[in-house]
Amino acid sequence: MSEISEEQVAHLANLARIALTPQEISSLTTELDQIVDSIAKVQQVATPDVPATSHPVPLANVFRPDVVGETLTIEEALKNAPEQADNRFKVSAILGEEQ
Amino acid sequence: MAKDALMDYDKALELFEPVLGFEVHVELNTKTKMFSHAPNGFGSDANTNVSPVCLGLPGALPVVNEQAVRYSISLGLALGCSIAPSSRFARKNYFYPDLAKNYQISQYDEPIAFGGSVDVELPNGRLVTVSIERAHMEEDAGKLTHVGGSTGRIQGAEYSLVDYNRAGVPLVEIVTDIIYGAEADAPELAKAYVATIRDIVTSLGISDAKMERGNLRCDANISLRPRTPEGEPPAPLGTRTETKNVNSLRSVERAIRYEIQRQAAILADGGTITQETRHWHEDTGRTSAGRPKSDADDYRYFPEPDLLPVQPSLELIEELRAALPEPPAARRRRLKAEWGFTDLEFQDVVNGGLLVEISETVAAGASPAAARKWWTGEISRVANVQGVEASALVSPGNVAALAGLVEDGTLTDKLARQVLEGVIAGEGTPQEVVDARGLAVVSDDGALIAAIDDALASQPDVLAKIRDGKVQAAGAVIGAVMKAMKGQADAARVRELVLERANS
Repeated sequence: MSEISEEQVAHLANLARIALTPQEISSLTTELDQIVDSIAKVQQVATPDVPATSHPVPLANVFRPDVVGETLTIEEALKNAPEQADNRFKVSAILGEEQ
Repeated sequence: MAKDALMDYDKALELFEPVLGFEVHVELNTKTKMFSHAPNGFGSDANTNVSPVCLGLPGALPVVNEQAVRYSISLGLALGCSIAPSSRFARKNYFYPDLAKNYQISQYDEPIAFGGSVDVELPNGRLVTVSIERAHMEEDAGKLTHVGGSTGRIQGAEYSLVDYNRAGVPLVEIVTDIIYGAEADAPELAKAYVATIRDIVTSLGISDAKMERGNLRCDANISLRPRTPEGEPPAPLGTRTETKNVNSLRSVERAIRYEIQRQAAILADGGTITQETRHWHEDTGRTSAGRPKSDADDYRYFPEPDLLPVQPSLELIEELRAALPEPPAARRRRLKAEWGFTDLEFQDVVNGGLLVEISETVAAGASPAAARKWWTGEISRVANVQGVEASALVSPGNVAALAGLVEDGTLTDKLARQVLEGVIAGEGTPQEVVDARGLAVVSDDGALIAAIDDALASQPDVLAKIRDGKVQAAGAVIGAVMKAMKGQADAARVRELVLERANS
């Protein structure tokens, strides 16, 4: 049994901007616990001589030359914007997480 | 904004040891973005340099810009780093509209370069070696404009407008190890470190490195720890703040000084420092609280599944190493010897950030002494008054031309300053200003002699004194002649002629 708590699930939901009801948090806590347990089984066979894999295809160095290509027109770029003003995407003012 | 209490700087240093760390973001000047063929340009119309990748549209796939990788390796090598035989990208997840994807592609556990060091020279001559933990590749974010509210800042804004032109521009983030022992030099070290990074990327030609445009940005981490009596172990590290938005060398220095004074006042008062980002305000010279600093865990980094590892060959690394320019510190030592400047003169040049200007002025034909005199003297003075960089006022070619006109006797120093003023005002080259303003020295002895004879005739008492051997009396006549010539005469030549005429 792993140790996923309801607080952790609530924190994750907040980070992912997903609103969860207390019932959902409770059931997800159980489910996540089971998922973590299952993944822990992989760790038992992944000995230190097995390198971490982030990609199934053994490829590297897939590059693009530094040459300018086609860009979107401003109309295309803003086509999916829920709101726009001044040729920009209009979003509600959000305080707090500027990088 | 409530005013923070500040402790006297010297007192703060007496009680606490400042501990520093810097993250410098360098925008690379590639033609295209990090993962998209959209142009990497400054000053274009909003949302015109964007592709589906920059907007995170469904199905868009990022592909790594080869030139950006080469630039990153060169920068890593110039910082004395090892280049990772294999590095990969990671997603840094956060919700903020400056990136449309809801994550930034960065590098996390496998950066392209790690473990380097940079020698930083302080204005007082002290040399500090700053260890570089890592340099990693990532993409820049878009630009938000906050609309509404009284200040234009996000507090009180009604909405924000997003321009994604900058989203995806290649960045290298250079992270230092923790820097101990800076002591009272901490603000100067911060400034000198960023200046050194700027010199390095400029000499590599991989970034425009203009801080005012955000090509080079510094996040300054600082914490204080109380001093302990000798023989006792040092106190644990204090809580740090990360100051952002410092976009000039001068601000870096001021921001560090401010944070030392602010944190010291809180700690001495029994308070605790909140771990948070602080925003630097150039106008008030203060920092204000930003967001609480997230734990790295909250970014839920994971390997970027859309991109493959970067595995530079040894041949490529050695090719780039061989092509590295002379390191800035070595270059400084060489130039100082070549120019024959004293320590003090050279320090003046370095502190003024005028190395490049003087090099180019000397290359354009001026003597090193003349180039130094103009750049650290009159040009810096005017730059200070106008609040701009000296390099923005006048080109090295024009300074060399001006020095040439003084050298060949066309201009006196005094006239040359007027010509410089004309050049700065955009009236043309020094020669053009001389012609247009009629500023050349009167070297026609005939005109001078006529003026001298007039002056001597109107001051017979002075003439008598000079004839009696009271040579210093000639000053009054020289003054009158210079006035008659509107200052456009060589005073030494006038003096010579006055004595000649008086005694003839």
